[in-house]
Amino acid sequence: MSTPLVRVEDLHVTFRAPGRDVAAVRGIGFEIRRGECLAVVGESGSGKSVTARTLVGLAGPGAHVRAARLDLDGRDARAFSARHWRQVRGRFAGLVLQDALVSLDPLRTVGDEVGEVLDAHGLTPRRQQPEQVRRLLERVHVPEPDRRARQYPHQLSGGLRQRALIASALAGEPSLIIADEPTTALDVTVQAQILRLLGELRDAGATLLLISHDLSVVARLADRILVMRDGVVVESGVTAQVLGEPQHPYTRLLLAAVPSAASRGRRLSAPVTTLPRTLPPAPVDPSVTVLSATGLRKRYGAHEVVRGVDLSIARGETLGLVGESGSGKTTVAQLLFGTVAATEGQVGFEGVPWAGVPERVRRPLRRRMQLISQDPLGSFDPRYPVERIVGEALEPGLDRRTRRDRVVDLLDRVGLGSDLLERYPRRLSGGQRQRVAIARAIAPRPSLLICDEPVSALDVSVQAQVLDLLADIRAADGTALLFISHDLGVVHHLADRVLVMHDGQVVEQGPVGDVFHHPRHAYTRSLIDALPTPAARPQPTGVS
Amino acid sequence: MTVVRAVARRLATAAVVLWAAATAAYLALLLAPGDTVDSIIGDGPDTPQIRAQVIAEWGLDRPDVVQYLDYLARAARGDLGRSYLLQRPVSDLIGEHLPATVTLAAAAAVTGVVLALAVALLTAGRRPLLRRAASTTELVLVSTPGFLIGIVLLNVFSFRLGWFPVSGGQDFSALVLPALTLALPVAGVLTQVLRDGLERALDEPFVVTARSRGIRERAVLARHALRHALLPAITLVGWLSGILLGGAVITEQVFGRPGLGQVTLQAVTAKDMPVVLAVVLLSAAVYVAVSTLADLAYLLVDPRLRRS
Amino acid sequence: MTVQATPVAGAGLAAVATDTAPPRRRRTARPGLAAAAGFLLLAALAVLWPGLLAGDPLAADPLNVLRPPDAAHWFGTDHLGRDVFDRVVHGARHSLTIGVAATLIAVGAGVLLGLLAGMAHRLAGEALTRSFDALSAFPLLLLALLFIAITGPGTGSLIIAIGVATMPHHARVVRAQTLLVRRAGYVEQAVSFGTSRTRLVLRHVLPNVLGPVPVLAVIGLGEAILAAAGLSFLGLGPQPPAPEWGAMLAENRSYLRIAWWGAILPGVAVTLTVISLTVLGRHLQQRFEGRHG
Repeated sequence: MSTPLVRVEDLHVTFRAPGRDVAAVRGIGFEIRRGECLAVVGESGSGKSVTARTLVGLAGPGAHVRAARLDLDGRDARAFSARHWRQVRGRFAGLVLQDALVSLDPLRTVGDEVGEVLDAHGLTPRRQQPEQVRRLLERVHVPEPDRRARQYPHQLSGGLRQRALIASALAGEPSLIIADEPTTALDVTVQAQILRLLGELRDAGATLLLISHDLSVVARLADRILVMRDGVVVESGVTAQVLGEPQHPYTRLLLAAVPSAASRGRRLSAPVTTLPRTLPPAPVDPSVTVLSATGLRKRYGAHEVVRGVDLSIARGETLGLVGESGSGKTTVAQLLFGTVAATEGQVGFEGVPWAGVPERVRRPLRRRMQLISQDPLGSFDPRYPVERIVGEALEPGLDRRTRRDRVVDLLDRVGLGSDLLERYPRRLSGGQRQRVAIARAIAPRPSLLICDEPVSALDVSVQAQVLDLLADIRAADGTALLFISHDLGVVHHLADRVLVMHDGQVVEQGPVGDVFHHPRHAYTRSLIDALPTPAARPQPTGVS
Repeated sequence: MTVVRAVARRLATAAVVLWAAATAAYLALLLAPGDTVDSIIGDGPDTPQIRAQVIAEWGLDRPDVVQYLDYLARAARGDLGRSYLLQRPVSDLIGEHLPATVTLAAAAAVTGVVLALAVALLTAGRRPLLRRAASTTELVLVSTPGFLIGIVLLNVFSFRLGWFPVSGGQDFSALVLPALTLALPVAGVLTQVLRDGLERALDEPFVVTARSRGIRERAVLARHALRHALLPAITLVGWLSGILLGGAVITEQVFGRPGLGQVTLQAVTAKDMPVVLAVVLLSAAVYVAVSTLADLAYLLVDPRLRRS
Repeated sequence: MTVQATPVAGAGLAAVATDTAPPRRRRTARPGLAAAAGFLLLAALAVLWPGLLAGDPLAADPLNVLRPPDAAHWFGTDHLGRDVFDRVVHGARHSLTIGVAATLIAVGAGVLLGLLAGMAHRLAGEALTRSFDALSAFPLLLLALLFIAITGPGTGSLIIAIGVATMPHHARVVRAQTLLVRRAGYVEQAVSFGTSRTRLVLRHVLPNVLGPVPVLAVIGLGEAILAAAGLSFLGLGPQPPAPEWGAMLAENRSYLRIAWWGAILPGVAVTLTVISLTVLGRHLQQRFEGRHG
């Protein structure tokens, strides 16, 4: 075998900031062989992105890179000057970042962006550039390439944008394609398309370095996997082995934390001796309806976002609401919660009319329905410390001591210590914020919790803790959950029944097992087919 | 089509603002203490004939609403009344002095923008020492009254070095110091805004993508970051026109330059209301016109806004 | 309340999870801020008790005319032999009082009208907003000139003129902030606890709208002082022999060639005051954004 394309030994990347140094990567080594797909997996702060960007000399401002060996195509990159690095970028390696809406310059046309590499390296004479851009866009299956090249990124759909970004990385025919979370923030069906495209490139002989937080995303593509945590590689090996027989506890923990059909009824977070591995059953009482909605519609101008939704939730039941972005699921949450008035339709909550009545009428029952949103930070008054944020949700008229004790109890229930009482929301981590939001939401002992993408912004291990917590609360308090998510795995793990939304309508509903195992609607089927699973891809590869 | 509608909406907004500004100026005149005739005549010659002339010319014997509508109609036609101090039509007076002030303001605007662009591009992102020096200088410039800048420049370059004439004159060398006086604070503010915009843009993911294509840092700045930095600067253009016009009054005073500023100051001191009103309205009209143009330029630079 | 074994606290995962809180921002020494605060303290002292720092600003000494700065006259003397340092110190009272009073008017009215525009029903709010836009169309200095033309020069009309001319800016900022807070997640959240509208406005909307007002006021004060100095320079403020900074500069301008100190040093006092206010304002803004932004 020839020399590997990339060879790294004892790589350290440290960010120098006034007052303190942050070691992002701490002595890792790996190699990328020609024609293989190497995946680096880890949670936020693991150093995976910094590692990838170091290979093109873009570790970031203030980064100090040190390595025993840093060979790119057999050349020692440690001594590279700025000019050398410019030759590496685009020619040796092409970089694909997540979310092309911000990774392509929004003020320039797609054609200009894709053609910039050709310009920078003088690869194509100016006059032939449009032709070359068209060929590149065709290669990533962008329909009507000439028209798309003249458009701006915001005029393209998320999937097309991401394809254009990939085309711009391919333009210089680089030996290595670095894809840093290339499918994050995409809908599941679009993600499947992009993964298929990357698979095509790999099958055509491209060398890929794939960075992801999601083991199931890399499973079908990667030949080998590197698991990183806190700047070091904790495990590496061929994909089937890392996913099938993980050696390191952290890898096992990451795999166990992924919610799916298989994880139903099981705890996702790490084993604790005092707790059973199984989740307590949810006490559903189908005879009592907590919330019901019929014929819900919402129109904004000429655009109807919600087009006739019926649903009901029984006491203690968990109803999953899945759909892709733009399906109208968040609007449904707002209509049910009563912050947005429905154009048409009825909502009943605990047997009382809830929609179309003045807020004054809803007020006595308000505390019975609570909301947890994806970004809890915006739902905290920035002037309040945790104690006041949670305390505000308690019934009025308590004296200071009782209030504080109750807040401490609530924080304890969500696994937070009383040391956070004086903390301001901006100084909390993502997981802590979501737990404070949950503590506040369960404080009035609501009969219904509306959870709108409550774990979408969290790392998988933190997501596991929050999902377990919700399951425990549901069992202990008999609270019904309306669980809104784009993630089928999460819904399958937690929900009793599920509603699938598409274009403002419910296309399918039923018990979660029935819907996901025997989907009847074509859209549900396409969602389920698109779902990546943490199983290694079959070897050897078939042509897709 | 959507672009046409966006343009139409901005023009309509501009018309409304202009109308409201004219109304506000008119109200100020009405609400002034004392008789309107007194306010209009001010310190000018006060004889029964002149009072009668004022009443006739402003139609002060008609109902308020009619007067107001007449005032609007005349202002729209460019008829701004007569100066009582100089006994001649205000529009002639303004037409005569406007070129000098416009020359000064334009020279200052160009100087300020060029200076700001150069300094911002040179100091954005890197070179901490240079950046620090530049930002301290900007802080001093924006905090210094225009007349002090003028006097310091005058003292150094005219009195001590003798490079430029002390005052007056219409030739180029007489324009340099006044234009610089007016341009320096403008450059200070613009540099801050531009550099901030550049540094914000340099932090964006699309810059990482651009760099990953192997383009030069110069191209990163010029092709990518600069356009983004221009957006917030464009919104300042209306404010800029106000600063230049207001600053021109003081600068012309410092350098003894003829122009609209001196006319205005003279009118304010003499309470020659028709002239003051006309200058104030003119400045509002300039502001509205320039801001509307800036809004349209914004549409040109940012394709994301063209949709609705 | 059912006390359950906490499901996650102390779990093995807590030790390995990468979910970390953002680090506390370090306090760094800020010499610029300290200097600014020191200067502003001195300026405040000069306003409240000028006699403590300097002698009589009106005492003329015909034998010591246009003396350059020395040990006896730190800032030199002017064409009447008055001590420039004494005049600059006493001038603080005029210049800063005008600025502070104008800012109080501007911020007070701006906050009130901005709140009204932000809270009012759509049509009324729109009308108010458009009138701020119309007032903003007048350049500050020219609007102030219009005012002075009507009311005549002097300290009082200078205050009102600058106050009215800078008000629209404050009103617009407060209106934008009001709209932002009204739509904030925490206001929606408070609704879900059955909070009444009045309580909502008092507990959440008002405090968060008023939060940035001190920042606004400090930065606005600098602007007002600059405008006041400019108008006084044009002879439209306090009349001679009152030692106002802008007026002093105008008065001593004729002697610039032979006695730069009389004109330049009062101007430097304006500059230092405004720089100090800007530094302080930026610091307040950073602190505010650190907590909120």
